[in-house]
Amino acid sequence: MTATTVQPTTLPTTATARERKVVPPIGMGRIVGVELRKMFDTRAGFWMLMSIAILSVLATGAAILFAPDADIDFELFGSAIGVPMSVILPMIAILSVTGEYTQRTGLTTYTMIPRRGRTIAAKGIAAVLVGVVSMFVALGIGALGNILGSAIVGVPTDWNISVTEFSQIVLAQVLGMTIGFMLGVLLRSSAAAIVTYFVYSLVLPGLLMLLAGLQSWFADIQPWVDFNMATSRLFDQTMTGEYWAQLGTSGLIWLVAPLAVGLALVMRSEVK
Amino acid sequence: MITVESLTRKYGGFTAVDDVTFTARPGRVTGFLGPNGAGKSTTMRIMVGLTPATSGSALIDGARFVDLTNPGHEVGVLLDASAQHAGRTGREILTIAQRTMGLPKGRVDEMLDLVSLTPQEAGRRVRNYSLGMRQRLGIAAALIGDPRVLILDEPANGLDPAGIRWMRDLLRDFAQRGGTVLLSSHLLHEIEVIADDIVVIGHGRIVAQGTKAELLAGAGTLVRTPDAEVLGRALAAAGVSCSAVDGGLRTDATPDLVGRVALGAGVPLTELRSGDGAGLEDMFLELTSDTQREGAAA
Repeated sequence: MTATTVQPTTLPTTATARERKVVPPIGMGRIVGVELRKMFDTRAGFWMLMSIAILSVLATGAAILFAPDADIDFELFGSAIGVPMSVILPMIAILSVTGEYTQRTGLTTYTMIPRRGRTIAAKGIAAVLVGVVSMFVALGIGALGNILGSAIVGVPTDWNISVTEFSQIVLAQVLGMTIGFMLGVLLRSSAAAIVTYFVYSLVLPGLLMLLAGLQSWFADIQPWVDFNMATSRLFDQTMTGEYWAQLGTSGLIWLVAPLAVGLALVMRSEVK
Repeated sequence: MITVESLTRKYGGFTAVDDVTFTARPGRVTGFLGPNGAGKSTTMRIMVGLTPATSGSALIDGARFVDLTNPGHEVGVLLDASAQHAGRTGREILTIAQRTMGLPKGRVDEMLDLVSLTPQEAGRRVRNYSLGMRQRLGIAAALIGDPRVLILDEPANGLDPAGIRWMRDLLRDFAQRGGTVLLSSHLLHEIEVIADDIVVIGHGRIVAQGTKAELLAGAGTLVRTPDAEVLGRALAAAGVSCSAVDGGLRTDATPDLVGRVALGAGVPLTELRSGDGAGLEDMFLELTSDTQREGAAA
């Protein structure tokens, strides 16, 4: 087929072109605000947030009901609530990223803000904010449980979580959340990222433990390369300089490197 | 003004967009016409930075889309009305756009009004929307930043005839106020109704472009007569070439000339008219026939 190009002879322009107007730039604070809103403006997102509170209350109730009286202290409630949190927070982080792809809202998001790194950074900030605030909510619920529990069983109320310990727990939860965030950025699919998160957090530790048991060379380096092991120390141990260093090296492998790859992919990939 | 120059996008060995060059001018509605899979959506995605180009450029008033600091104020984009979170309400989707672009709150209601979505409908989740309602919502999101340029991919899809007329009036008004509109469609009829200028794309290449009047005028004459053979000889004698179509002839000559020839040859005519778009339609069907699953339905 030959191209039949008809060149317009005269242009019957009906109007003059509109003036370019002064456009206010989009500040980072605004993007973070919008991303926070997007996390919770659907039913799924809303109940995800609510489940943090609901599961904290349930975990507290279960601790009062089932724990031996002598064990009723703040630490018990802290760890009881920590379990559901360590599952839900990463899910929130994963879905905040993958939703743009699975639900295809990225088409709109990335045309409103073409520099995709800004949106991803805002999502990261929003996720950390949600993680930290959730931990304080959990702390409050745990504190109520501790008062209530000790009163019910008639033991003195024991506040045995120090500020340092609490900060470490918050850090551990946020790091878990960041792993979810990283998987969301890297895989850009809700199902794939969620499955991979559970493989990482539930299957991988067992496998690495097995490997360390069979191969002594791996047992030696495991603390330096196993991020699960390094973060789990934050929950219940006094962190030494070596522990922090191991958290750093393993985090480089499991968090920083894959996040960098994921970010490069997000920048380059086609949004469909 | 949208300026697309030598735009090419390859996927491995497949060239989805092949050296595409065209301009969409302010004050005009430019229709981007092509069969499914011709490269319309890919071209539009490249324009707004969602797909990187292999080579060539697409500029909006001289700037690359990705360099705009707050593009929603300058370019309204609707690529796929269904690409929204099914669990958000229509109002929420517009609110997100309003907040992101830093617009006054009242814009959301103004836009809902403009696209005739009622407050009840706006409060429903998008999963319960018909395609027509999604298109209206998408148009609202594209217009919320009061842009100068509109890029709309298949916006008339799913609209009923009244909806198509509404969109035509809306876009015409937008263009008359100096705006630039580029909209795509795989339906010639839709483009004929809405567009001032037409760019036809097939297999990733531009096959025709010009104003609607020019493209339709270039279509020659259609003449019907019981004595097609006699008229055909008479036209040939007058130096006019023609081709047989169902129950008549088509020629590049004007209806005036064909009428005179027929009169001279004493051939009775049952129909004589300019080809109005028949040429464009033929070209379009030829493009479509290669990809049509029904075979030679064209």
